[in-house]
Amino acid sequence: MTDTTDWKHKINPLVLGIQPSGIRRFFDLVAEMKGVISLGVGEPDFVTPWHIREACMYSLEKGYTMYTSNQGLLELRQAIARNLSAAYGVSYNPHHEILITVGVSEGLDLSFRTILCPGDEVLIPEPSYVSYAPVTVMAGAKPVFLKTSPENGFQISAEMVEKAITPKTKALILCNPNNPTGATLDRERLLEIAEVIRARDLIFISDEIYGRLTYVGEHTCVPALPGMRDRTILLNGFSKSYAMTGWRVGYAAGNQDFISAMTKIHQYTMLCAPVTAQAAALEALRNGGSGMKKMVDQYNRRRHLVIQAFHEMGLPCGEPRGAFYAFPDIRSTGLSSEDFAQQLLQEEKVAVVPGNAFGEQGEGFVRCSYSASINDLTEAFKRMNSFLRRKARKGKVLTFAPGENEIKKEDICQTM
Amino acid sequence: MSGNRCKRKEILDVIENDARLNPKQIAAMLEMEEDEVVRIIKEMEEEKIIAGYFTVINWDKVGEEKGSAIIEVKITPQRDLGFDAVAMRICRFPEVKTVRLMSGAYDLVVYIEGQTMREVAAFVTQKLASMEHVLSTATHFVLKTYKLQGALVSEDGEEDRRLMITP
Ligand SMILES: Cc1ncc(COP(=O)(O)O)c(C=O)c1O
Repeated sequence: MTDTTDWKHKINPLVLGIQPSGIRRFFDLVAEMKGVISLGVGEPDFVTPWHIREACMYSLEKGYTMYTSNQGLLELRQAIARNLSAAYGVSYNPHHEILITVGVSEGLDLSFRTILCPGDEVLIPEPSYVSYAPVTVMAGAKPVFLKTSPENGFQISAEMVEKAITPKTKALILCNPNNPTGATLDRERLLEIAEVIRARDLIFISDEIYGRLTYVGEHTCVPALPGMRDRTILLNGFSKSYAMTGWRVGYAAGNQDFISAMTKIHQYTMLCAPVTAQAAALEALRNGGSGMKKMVDQYNRRRHLVIQAFHEMGLPCGEPRGAFYAFPDIRSTGLSSEDFAQQLLQEEKVAVVPGNAFGEQGEGFVRCSYSASINDLTEAFKRMNSFLRRKARKGKVLTFAPGENEIKKEDICQTM
Repeated sequence: MSGNRCKRKEILDVIENDARLNPKQIAAMLEMEEDEVVRIIKEMEEEKIIAGYFTVINWDKVGEEKGSAIIEVKITPQRDLGFDAVAMRICRFPEVKTVRLMSGAYDLVVYIEGQTMREVAAFVTQKLASMEHVLSTATHFVLKTYKLQGALVSEDGEEDRRLMITP
C-alpha cells in the first residue's frame, strides 16, 4: 500500500496524449508582463450591450433561478428558429430540432460524441479553431487535416475534401468565417463541398459562430443549401456576435433524430444551460439587432486599418473577410511563429498568438485580433513596425526587404 | 444616398465618438483617400455640420468648483421671428453652453456653466430672467454628473477585463 497515486497510469491515455493548448502556454508568458497591448484576444472588446445585461437582472428579480428543460427555454428556441428562418431561410422546429448548449464549445463536444465511434475520421481544415482536433480525439476518433495556406486563400475545396475521404470518414467540420485566418467560403465554394458531402453520405458540422461577422459578401448558412438541412449540424451561439463570451450560451440545430440523441448526453452531463444566460440570449435575439450591426461596422473599420498597417509594414496578409482576426505571414523574418511572438512580446510588449497554436499549417503566421480599440491597434502596429525594422537591420531576415517586398493593396484583396 | 453624402455620414459616424482620429486613420478605416477625407471634413466644418471639437471633462474630479444648471425658460414668441431672436440673444452669453427649443410646458432649455453656483444664480437673475420677452424661468442646479456626452464618468467604469490571450 502506498499514499501516492501514479496518475500517469490512471488517466485515460486519450486525455494524456492531448497536448496542452499552444495558446495556454503563451498565455502564461504574457500573464507575467505589464504594459502589454494584446492582439491575442479571441473575444469581442465590447462588453455585452446594456439592454441584454439589464434583461438578465430583471429575469433574476422575477425569480428565474431554476433549471430549465433540458432543451432550454422554449421561448429562446422559438426565437432562434425565427431568427434562422428570417436570416437564412432555413426552418427548424423549435420543439425537436434545436438544443440550447453551454456555448458552441458544448455543442462541438456533444456533436462529436453523438456521432463518432472509435476509428472514425473527421475532416478538419488546418489552421482552424483549437478545439476541433482534441474534441475529436476525446471522442475516440481520428482527425484528418485539410491543409490550407495562402496559396489557396486558406480555403478548403471540394477536391481537397474528396481526396481526404476514406471509408472511415464520418464528418467534416468547418468554421466559416475561420478562426484564426479570417477566411470565408462563399456560396459557390460551399455548394461544391456540399455536393461531395452528399454524394459520400457524410455529416457536415457547421460552426457558424462568426457568421454575423462577415464583411465581404454575404454569409452562407450551410443547412440552407439545397439538400443539406438534414445532414448538417448547425452550431452557433451568442459569444461573438452579441459580445457574450462569458455567459456561456449557444445552440445546435439539426435533424430531430440527431438532436434527441445529442440531448441524451446533454441531459446527463449538463442538464441545461444556465437560465440567466438563456434569458439574456432571448433579449439579444429580440432587441439586439441594431447594437450588433454597430459592433460589426466597427470591426469592419478596424479591419481596414489592419489591412493597411500590414501593407505598410510589408508583411503579406491575405484579406481577412470575417471574424476579427488577421493572419499575417511572418516567414520573411526568418523566425518561427513562436519565436516571433515571444520576441515581439519581450521587445515591444505586443502579444499576438503564434500560428502553430492552430495546427502545423499555421507555422510561419501569427494571429492578430482586431478586437481592440483604435488607439491600441495603432500603438501595437507602431511597435510591430519598429520590431520588424530592427529584425531587418540585424540581418535576421531572409527575404524581407521593406519597399521591395511590399505587397500592393490590390494584391491583398486578390490573394483570398 | 449620393456618394458624397454617404461618405460624409460615414466620416461623422467615425469621428462622433473620437475627435482625435487623424485623416490617415479615418481614410484607412473607410477605404478613402486621405486628401478626400481632409476635403470632406473641411467642407463640413464650413457648413457648420461639424460645429466644433471638445473634450469631455469631468470637472468634479479636477476638484475645481464649477456651478452648472439647467434652466427652463418661457418666452413670448415674436412676430416673424418666432422664438429664434430671443434664443439667439441667450446663446451669445459665453456661460451658456447649450440652448434648445422644446415642446411642452416651457419653450427653451438652457444649460449654463459658471465658475460657482453664485455666478450661475447671478446670471439667471440679472441677465436671463430680466431679458425682454422672457416670461419666466425655473432653475435646476446640477448636483452630480453620472454620464456625459455618452461617456460614463463615475469611478466604476467598464474597463477591459478580458484575459490577455484567449482562443
Ligand atoms: C471557431 C470557434 N468556435 C467555437 C468557439 C467557442 O465559442 P463559445 O463561447 O460559444 O463556446 C470559439 C471561441 O473562440 C471559436 O473561435
